[in-house]
Amino acid sequence: MATAFKTVEPLEYYRRFLKENCRPDGRELGEFRATTVNIGSITTADGSALVKLGNTTVICGVKAEVAAPAVDSANKGYIVPNVELPSLCSTRFRSGPPGEEAQAASQFIADVIENSQIIAKEDLCIANGKLAWVLYCDIICLDYDGNILDASVFALLAALKNVQLPSVTINEETGLSEVNLKQKNPLVIRKHPVATSFAIFDDTLLIVDPTAEEEDLATGTVTVVTDEEDRLCSVHKPGGSPLTGAKLQDCITRAITRHKEVKKLIDKVTKSIKPN
Amino acid sequence: MEPGGAAMAAAGCCLRPFSCERGLLSRPDGSAAFVQGDTSVLAGLYGPAEVRGSKESPERATLEVLLRPKVGLPGVGERSREQLLRQTCEAVVLGALHPRTAITLVLQVLSDAGSLLSCCLNAACMGLLDAGLPLSALFCGVTCALDAQGAIVLDPTTRQEQEARAVLTFAIDSTEKKVLMATTRGSCSVEEMQQCLVAAQRAADTIFQFYRDSACRRYSKS
Repeated sequence: MATAFKTVEPLEYYRRFLKENCRPDGRELGEFRATTVNIGSITTADGSALVKLGNTTVICGVKAEVAAPAVDSANKGYIVPNVELPSLCSTRFRSGPPGEEAQAASQFIADVIENSQIIAKEDLCIANGKLAWVLYCDIICLDYDGNILDASVFALLAALKNVQLPSVTINEETGLSEVNLKQKNPLVIRKHPVATSFAIFDDTLLIVDPTAEEEDLATGTVTVVTDEEDRLCSVHKPGGSPLTGAKLQDCITRAITRHKEVKKLIDKVTKSIKPN
Repeated sequence: MEPGGAAMAAAGCCLRPFSCERGLLSRPDGSAAFVQGDTSVLAGLYGPAEVRGSKESPERATLEVLLRPKVGLPGVGERSREQLLRQTCEAVVLGALHPRTAITLVLQVLSDAGSLLSCCLNAACMGLLDAGLPLSALFCGVTCALDAQGAIVLDPTTRQEQEARAVLTFAIDSTEKKVLMATTRGSCSVEEMQQCLVAAQRAADTIFQFYRDSACRRYSKS
């Protein structure tokens, strides 16, 4: 009976749950799905991480290459993020060139990297004006069950923390670069941005970490990205139901507590894989 | 061309002079050119019209926003702005009144001298208004920049945007002055964000007054 009701009147079905301050999957309105992170899952990448938020699964691989820096910023390297939503992850995506959602997600990740200064691009410089690192951060969704942005930002952060770059020196005499694969250095992560997404139900109710089903039924979404100093790296509300300043403040407060949870998790995981 | 500069000076806020010209194109169902300082955007709106195959929705009109840059082809940045603009318009357009139709909004950037997204939002709203589509509310875009000292600069120029520590763009609705859309660049504290929002809501009053005056002038003529 319940499944039939859900199929016929999905919104009403959800409303009945939300009235009781819970959701069909048993979560409270402000509760995240179980979050797991696995670091270094791709051995061939320079850094990688697999993040699961409930069923949503996102993998991020970082590939480092060297290139000549741009002329107008000779002491800076590059970070090139890309989000892929292949047809494998959900029926809503077709194969072929990236759709609007994938492009918007890529732009969002690029903005978060730029806004939060997660890595100082100067750190990626090897020789001023000659050689710099390019970090290709490929984020691929394997299972799409909503809240792709939170999972992507988390996967990116975890993968960057996992990156080990070989030391490169430039031989003064020959002018050629020499790579020492035996000596590897981790990247300096300056900030830890963490994203928290909300779905707006019936213009008023805010629910955290929406599933794909909830995202479809919701009248809008908000994503707040904060760093460890509780500064806002991004407040992303792409249209949808209007919100008051006070409601936005509620979102930010929740995002700050979420940051602490995620930071604790990532610290625990990085510590556990460090060779002693 | 209807200037909004006089109303702006009276309100004492520091938006650049803005103006709007409506119904300047003959083919679209609604058109408007919005100018904010040296930034200008031309909006053309077609619809409700026939919808193309897979995009058809049995419950509401399908909204499509195309943002054309001044030079070159639209890239990832434009796609992401299109999404922001589309979802903002979707929130106010009463699409349920026109199921199985498409509404296409084309925005052509004529010149970019800062606060481009807010100018696009204003042009979009004027375009919707000119086409006479049923809307639940109007909206306007306001960009705020926070300079190195933390002072708020409303409607910044390109130069001010580059020098700013953070740039925040809000879309404010006309009924309750709530936030329809928000996007930020750079980082700021929570208090600074709230201050910017209040400043944007105050500036929105000026823009809505301009919308009202503009509509009055247009429809009061014999």
